[in-house]
Amino acid sequence: MRAWFFTEDAYPYLPDADSYESIRVSLPNKHFDPETGADLYNMYLDMWCAADEMGLNIMNNEHHQTATCMVPAAPIMLGILARETKKARLLILGNPVSNRSQPVRVAEEMALIDVLSRGRLECGFVRGVPYETAPANVFPYRGTEKLWEAHDLIIKAWSHHEGPFNFEGRWFHARQVNIWPRPFQQPHPPVWITMGSAGSAAQVAQRGHVGAVFLAGYPKIRGIFDGYRQAYSDTHGKDMPIDRLAYCALISVGRTEKEGLDVAEKLLWYMTSNKVPPQFSNPPGYHAPAMAATIMRGNNSGTGLPTATTLTEQMARGNVFAGTPDQVYGQIKNFYEYCGGFGNLMMMSQAGFMTFEETLTSMKLFSEEVYPRLKELTAGYDPGEMQEIRASLPDVENIDVSALGSEFVR
Amino acid sequence: MTSETSSMVSLRGVDMPLIRRGSGPPVLVLHGGDGPVDHLPFAERISGSFELLHPTHPGFDGTPIPEHFDGLQDLIFLYLDLIDSLDLQDAILVGFSMGGWLASEIAVMSTGRFSKLVLVDSVGIKPGGPFDRDIADVFALSVEELLQATWHDRSLAPLHGQMTDAELQIIASDKIAHGLYTWEPYMHNPKLRYRLHRIDIPTLLIWGENDGIVKTEYGAALRDLIPGARMSVIPEAGHHPHIEQPGEFAARFLDFVSG
Repeated sequence: MRAWFFTEDAYPYLPDADSYESIRVSLPNKHFDPETGADLYNMYLDMWCAADEMGLNIMNNEHHQTATCMVPAAPIMLGILARETKKARLLILGNPVSNRSQPVRVAEEMALIDVLSRGRLECGFVRGVPYETAPANVFPYRGTEKLWEAHDLIIKAWSHHEGPFNFEGRWFHARQVNIWPRPFQQPHPPVWITMGSAGSAAQVAQRGHVGAVFLAGYPKIRGIFDGYRQAYSDTHGKDMPIDRLAYCALISVGRTEKEGLDVAEKLLWYMTSNKVPPQFSNPPGYHAPAMAATIMRGNNSGTGLPTATTLTEQMARGNVFAGTPDQVYGQIKNFYEYCGGFGNLMMMSQAGFMTFEETLTSMKLFSEEVYPRLKELTAGYDPGEMQEIRASLPDVENIDVSALGSEFVR
Repeated sequence: MTSETSSMVSLRGVDMPLIRRGSGPPVLVLHGGDGPVDHLPFAERISGSFELLHPTHPGFDGTPIPEHFDGLQDLIFLYLDLIDSLDLQDAILVGFSMGGWLASEIAVMSTGRFSKLVLVDSVGIKPGGPFDRDIADVFALSVEELLQATWHDRSLAPLHGQMTDAELQIIASDKIAHGLYTWEPYMHNPKLRYRLHRIDIPTLLIWGENDGIVKTEYGAALRDLIPGARMSVIPEAGHHPHIEQPGEFAARFLDFVSG
């Protein structure tokens, strides 16, 4: 198991949520105090550097026009970390290539980070959440097709070394592609793609990339991971290596159960703060019409995240792992066996008002008391044995999934 | 009730539903982003003395978006094929909102098959500068703001809460098609203003006085770019004067096309 420390770099010092319509897209930036922002950027960088020192890997991402994530350009933060850290693998999950107009520029930025870090980059590509389309001014229809076109161009830009090549696709045009630098890792850095259904998982599996899932929980994880494993063996004629799957949950480890749960309550800010009205969560062409219709009716927030939730409920869903080291290990192991195994745990271990000290306490307990046991757990991974364990565990029922989006892809 | 037939027109693999209603000189109706308008009371009045030809743009009313479609230009060329296949002669061309933009684009290509042009609360141009929001961003407005901008009398607005799932899915699909045809440049073609001078048939702009999507000033700017065009503003109406004031709308339309 490889663990990836992740914080979304929130700016949590906001007025009462009743005073604004949306935390995304339209929240006026007069509420952003640059002095406070400078403190926060430095604190988040310090957390990532601490992760490196503890032997954890690093994950970051970007969002736009939102207080939930202060980083609108993840490659800038990753460029700093490429220089400041020594051992950690550096995962960007990811580049929103459906919303960016120049895939060649993305290939260049990623190659720079890979070279500067001497080959520590892991490069994710994402379609992006629905409320990213307004800041990008992008029509989200066919966003997945657009992602794959950008992906194909970037992979070739990284791996072609004999002078300019031509690309004239449906969305992107570049007639003289010849990036400098080329990546450090050969033929290119590992690629990660987010997925939210068996169908989207199949597309990732066919290409052999790491498939990453956010907060699908018990209700949906089997469908997605099963879809990946099946498509992988169908395409490649062998069992999927366990490092091809990744799962992201909110994780809080305390010295006592109470401490773990109290801090987990603070982590829930990530979910409860996500106030987004339908014009931003349901732009035309992002969701399929059936899903869009349920948002229009008001039965679904469209964000993929419940804005009203309890810790107990989220722990039951498998979206939050929290408590003592023993408890957290047990919860992750249960989930791991239920879904048939995964080799990457993306751990959102800081959100909202969680302090530097609280975050480091949790990270340290995780890295010293949980992580070694997870490594041991996955070291003995045997696909046949794992499937037997999985088959012995019945589907989790009685969890209301109506409040969750059908396709949560970041 | 006037006679009505519906058929499917197939144009190089793209199927378009076509409603024909009434009898008389042909009126080609191009609907806007809210979908078909053939069933509305104003259409009933007009079809008493004209034959309404009402196609549904691909993607609207539950029809599929053709795989190769990316924007309004695909719709323009589909309509050029349709107009040829119908062999229209001396037809009246009328377009609502996005359909008005479509009608303008067709007319600047050639007015050979048309005798008159009617544009209703039409989009298609950008009169202002880069920082001016000439056309309300309907895809970013809240439900409340959109109602406010669209209607003079909001009680006439359809209520999503009272619709069936199937009806809501049609509206969701309509929004996708609307976005496909209008996203960027938003609701306009920067080149159109340099081509509108080619429209050489009598043109009437009908506008709702309280339209908050494209205001009457926008209509005046569009009028000024079309040689000899006139503009008729209907009071107590918003973006859909044909719905809010069907009698007044039909009267002004009939007065223009019969004159």
